[in-house]
Amino acid sequence: MDELAIVADGLRKRYRDTVALDGLDLAVPEGTVCGLLGPNGAGKTTAVRVLATLLRMDSGRARVAGCDVVSEPRAVRARIGLTSQHDAVDDVLTGRQNLEMFGRLHHLSPRAARQRADELLERFGLTEAALRPAKKYSGGMRRRLDLAASFIRAPRVLFLDEPTTGQDPRNRNEVWDVVRTLVSEGTTVLLTTHYLDEADQLADSISVIDRGRVIAAGTPAELKARVGGSQIDVVVAAESDVSVAATAIELACGGSPSVDALARRITAPAAEPVAALSAVLRGLEDVGVTAEDVALRRPTLDEVFLQLTGRPAAEKTASEEVAA
Amino acid sequence: MIARLQWSVYDTWTITRRDLLTWIISPVRVIGELAFPIMFVLLFGYVFGSGMVVPGGGDYRDFLMPGIFAMTMAFGIGNTMTVVATDIERGVMDRFRSLPMAPSAIVTGRCTADMINSFAGLLITIGCGLVVGWSWHDGLGNALLAVALLLLLRFACLWVGIYLGLIVGSPEAAGSVWGLLFPVTMVTSAFVAPELMPNWLGFLAEWNPLSSTVGAARELFGNVGANTADSWIGSHAVLMAVVWPVVISAIFLPLSVRRYQRLSR
Ligand SMILES: Nc1ncnc2c1ncn2[C@@H]1O[C@H](COP(=O)(O)OP(=O)(O)OP(=O)(O)O)[C@@H](O)[C@H]1O
Ligand SMILES: [Mg+2]
Repeated sequence: MDELAIVADGLRKRYRDTVALDGLDLAVPEGTVCGLLGPNGAGKTTAVRVLATLLRMDSGRARVAGCDVVSEPRAVRARIGLTSQHDAVDDVLTGRQNLEMFGRLHHLSPRAARQRADELLERFGLTEAALRPAKKYSGGMRRRLDLAASFIRAPRVLFLDEPTTGQDPRNRNEVWDVVRTLVSEGTTVLLTTHYLDEADQLADSISVIDRGRVIAAGTPAELKARVGGSQIDVVVAAESDVSVAATAIELACGGSPSVDALARRITAPAAEPVAALSAVLRGLEDVGVTAEDVALRRPTLDEVFLQLTGRPAAEKTASEEVAA
Repeated sequence: MIARLQWSVYDTWTITRRDLLTWIISPVRVIGELAFPIMFVLLFGYVFGSGMVVPGGGDYRDFLMPGIFAMTMAFGIGNTMTVVATDIERGVMDRFRSLPMAPSAIVTGRCTADMINSFAGLLITIGCGLVVGWSWHDGLGNALLAVALLLLLRFACLWVGIYLGLIVGSPEAAGSVWGLLFPVTMVTSAFVAPELMPNWLGFLAEWNPLSSTVGAARELFGNVGANTADSWIGSHAVLMAVVWPVVISAIFLPLSVRRYQRLSR
């Protein structure tokens, strides 16, 4: 059996009249990435804060890297890294001074802390900005500095709370690369995100949470299968071709397509996206239909939510506010 | 056990060092902070000072300087509060709390850093006083005692600052709270003798903990304006300059510790 790096058992936490965690369960095997996916206010940050020993839970039990979160907080802290939703760095200090300080607080010697700071600056592409105050960094650079600070000891378990929110695609890719490298070196990662795409890129398993509890869990493929996997959108050039194309697409995908005649668009589910795509293209060619646009798209988080909860993700916050 | 103690000293030093580095990197802050007492010396010593009356007679600047020293210490509340609130809002406090460091070092480091800063600030303000003609007249021993009492007041202000910083949780809110507190640091015997104020205001000023330190400093420095009051509180300045800070610390230190622990609720 795999060793579990994170085990949470019935975590509960309430703030006055808000129930933030309502019996959350998690089990993350060592060396894997678990994505916590959920809308605003689902309880993702609260879960991370409880597991990172920053917040005491009302009831439940949790072990991180083999240590109990409540009774052995210091042992847990020595084994984890945390990147919270903010960029938790000192604005006035330079990038290097920040990392040196956090290194020392990890109980590295001053010399080792300095050495580690330089290594991390190099690794996160911040060497040139090393001597500038963090205040003068761009958003992406601050985020990377913040991430670097949580990598000081190559943590056994790394918590990343929305690591790429507000990042441009390039930065996002960089962050993903760093996380992948770390995982290949044996770190377990718990990652919260709003983006299905991000969870898809990084996570071995995903727990979808809503209102403080897990409402669905599984591998990205399993979850996507539950919402019907990817969709193929085909727009044909001539309106008269729509019905012929629809038949061809149905044949290629094996599922009944939905047709928007006015927009000349045919949408079909594609369980095996790449195979379906080439089948559709071949099918269209066979019947002699010209396609103006063919697109393969993943189900959005909204579609996942609609499927899992019967309501869109965004509506939840609104109804929550009315209730409060 | 010994190892734990050693680590908490190391961690305290790391946090203190962080603050001291700040001063080296951003001298604007040093200048800003030091400009304040200097501005007060100029403003009160020269602009308003010409119209000021010192009870029992004497030079106004001789009367004024101990007041400025005590004010400089009291302003420390604002500094400490802002730094603590900023750390909370920026998530730096959370990061510290997620590290395997000694949790107490977050506070002891803050303490050490602020006391070092304030001591430096006090020395510079004293230098500034010497430049405008103020001096101590009662021996170096008593002068050092006065400095010790001023630092004791700063120590008490530290805990008020930490407590308020933990409560307000953002630098903007800290600014507003300081706006409310600022007048409290002004209704004292620092600039005008309470005897010369309207009765009720004079009463408030005399019982303001700051005034006791101001009175004690005047007495120990041998400056004018000491022991002119005939009220009990006014004539026991040195005693009260010890009692007030001790009482304030005894209230706000445990409150701060409790508030800090409640961050994890
Ligand atoms: N300190 C607090 N005091 C009161 N309520 C809180 C506090 N922190 C969180 N909550 C509430 O607990 C619930 C869960 O919040 P949490 O921050 O864990 O959500 P989240 O999934 O991280 O959301 P987001 O995607 O917006 O970051 C929300 O309803 C929130 O309003
Ligand atoms: Mg969150």
